[in-house]
Amino acid sequence: METMAIGKAINAGLRAAMDRDPRVLLMGEDIGALGGVFRVTDGLQKDFGEDRVIDTPLAEAGIVGTAIGMALRGFRPVCEIQFNGFVYPAFNQITTQLAKLRARSRGRLTLPVVIRIPSGGGIGSVEHHSESPEVLFAHTAGLRVVAPSDPHDAYWMIQQSIASADPVLFLEPERRYWQKGEVDTDLAPGQVAPLHKARVLRAGTDATLVAYGPTTKLALDAAAAAAEDGTDLEVVDLRSISPLDVDTVAESVRRTGRLVTVSEAPTFHGPMAELASRIQESCFYSLEAPVKRVGGYHLPYPVARAEEHYLPTLDRVLDAVEQSLAA
Amino acid sequence: MVQLLDQHGVRHPHPEYEVHLGADELLGLYRDMVLLRRFDSEAEALQRKGELGLWAGSRGQEAAQVGAGRATRRHDHVFPSYRDHGAVLTRDIDPLHILSIFRGIDHGGWDPVATGVHPYTLVIAAQMLPAVGYAMGVQRDGAVGTGDPARDTAVVTYFGDGATSQGEAAEALNWASVFNAPVVFVCQNNQWAISEPVARQSTVPLHRRAEGAGMPGVLVDGNDVLAVLAVVGAALERARSGGGPTFVEAYTFRMGAHTTSDDPTRYRLAAEVDAWREKDPIDRFRTYLTGEGILDEEFETRLATESEQLAERLRAGVAAMTDPEPAAMFDHAYAEPHPQVLAERDEFLAAWEQHDAELHAHAGGVA
Repeated sequence: METMAIGKAINAGLRAAMDRDPRVLLMGEDIGALGGVFRVTDGLQKDFGEDRVIDTPLAEAGIVGTAIGMALRGFRPVCEIQFNGFVYPAFNQITTQLAKLRARSRGRLTLPVVIRIPSGGGIGSVEHHSESPEVLFAHTAGLRVVAPSDPHDAYWMIQQSIASADPVLFLEPERRYWQKGEVDTDLAPGQVAPLHKARVLRAGTDATLVAYGPTTKLALDAAAAAAEDGTDLEVVDLRSISPLDVDTVAESVRRTGRLVTVSEAPTFHGPMAELASRIQESCFYSLEAPVKRVGGYHLPYPVARAEEHYLPTLDRVLDAVEQSLAA
Repeated sequence: MVQLLDQHGVRHPHPEYEVHLGADELLGLYRDMVLLRRFDSEAEALQRKGELGLWAGSRGQEAAQVGAGRATRRHDHVFPSYRDHGAVLTRDIDPLHILSIFRGIDHGGWDPVATGVHPYTLVIAAQMLPAVGYAMGVQRDGAVGTGDPARDTAVVTYFGDGATSQGEAAEALNWASVFNAPVVFVCQNNQWAISEPVARQSTVPLHRRAEGAGMPGVLVDGNDVLAVLAVVGAALERARSGGGPTFVEAYTFRMGAHTTSDDPTRYRLAAEVDAWREKDPIDRFRTYLTGEGILDEEFETRLATESEQLAERLRAGVAAMTDPEPAAMFDHAYAEPHPQVLAERDEFLAAWEQHDAELHAHAGGVA
């Protein structure tokens, strides 16, 4: 067991993957000497060279588009998009090429490309530094979209994403890069939960709280606060937004009878709308209350000084739990 | 503009570009172009008969496509757009695989890995960045500049004049230059992007885009198969030897419609088409080969027979094409099992089987 922050855990995971497979390479803006604006790739160019840690021109379509070509040549590129809102120039390459080439070639082309995106807000920055674009990609068939929430998962999930034969969007909770936790680096592959499985992080009986990425810690904090008032909440970390492990959530909801979801992504047409819909399909007779969703609003991301009002807070989560329990 | 064969079929020397081909090779280029034109006209006819959903014709661009295609080596890698039938056919792709796309039963039946030919790309300019990335992979494999012709590899990507307006095209050119990637950009300037003339795409000649990206830009007569072969061949050789990327503008003309859904009489003058007919790539090459005594009537007769056989094979092949199994659409979305896709597949199959059973029960009742 080692204690490290999420950013360091991703760095260690990248290093392990690069050590293991010489076909793994990194591409992105400022990822070399600088080590990335969040320092996630710190030291990797020094150790693996400029041919494997590639400082690219400032062009996101270029990063993803050339990564596709690299993958077609048998490499396993890991792209860094500097900030979530900067992924949109690459949207065409991700949705029309990366996601589709496998189907278009009837399985003859394999695209093991990982796109790392610092995701979500809470860092008090300026526009396009705080968005949650996951649903755009979750809605695009052919991609996998995952979001670690703690250092242990970050360390292993980045390696699983790189090992995956499918393209993976790897959403890093940017406001949690410095959140520390224990990482067990000695596990065998079979001891790590599959990339698409949700995890029950805390057992409880009164209601189920579901979150992923940056809001998982919030859900755990809410459960701890609720426990002080005698409410016993179960917390599920989705880990994967596409595919969605509905079974694990459904099993929990069948026991607790209530579901409250927490995401930074806007609730309107958001990932939790899909989860809520599937849960009412599979757990209709177990639900004691309507599914409640806590999330971002359907707005252009607000200015930094207002984002505390946009982001889900402990109070908003606890209010939703209260409403669910009262129903 | 590099030209080795003028529109009257007269051969001219060029200080920089030359081709030295034997009679068989010259006749091979001629055969490629004639068969491509037959392929194109048969495909258009098949579309008119309702056998194909759409057809994007290549008439007029035979020299640009065959010349560039024949300049590649077997282990080079090709990233085409959607009208590059000639370039693709020079890679021994079955023409029926091309037609299967336009019939709507497949996205391209050939194996991109075995043939070194990427699937057709319909999104304008979207194949250019993957081509550059592939070339960067070639570099990292050490397959550039070794001096070993069996190892040194180049990448070629085809696109049209309209594609040069796309932001991704600009990124691809710049990127290739920054990384000195072994890639050749072959722009077929066929003068029209559907109804928009090239003047609406650019106020500077397209090959001068290369200058801004930091690579040579060469303008070649795209209706002169020998010049295209020479220019693209030299660019590929430069790429293979580690010299970096080249932009080639093949100046040509789309003689037919953009696709069978298009009506070019609404936007271009007959006089323009007539003027280009005078520059026909096949006619001028025939004149040259005949004048040199390389092409004779016997070859022409055999080629005419071969063209008819090709057309017959296309008609029979398209007629024999079967629609894909309905559930096959679920098969290749992901490489690894994906619970949502598997669940939807089961749902689809259950509905399909039930519908099928009801249909049979109904048929039974009527009987």
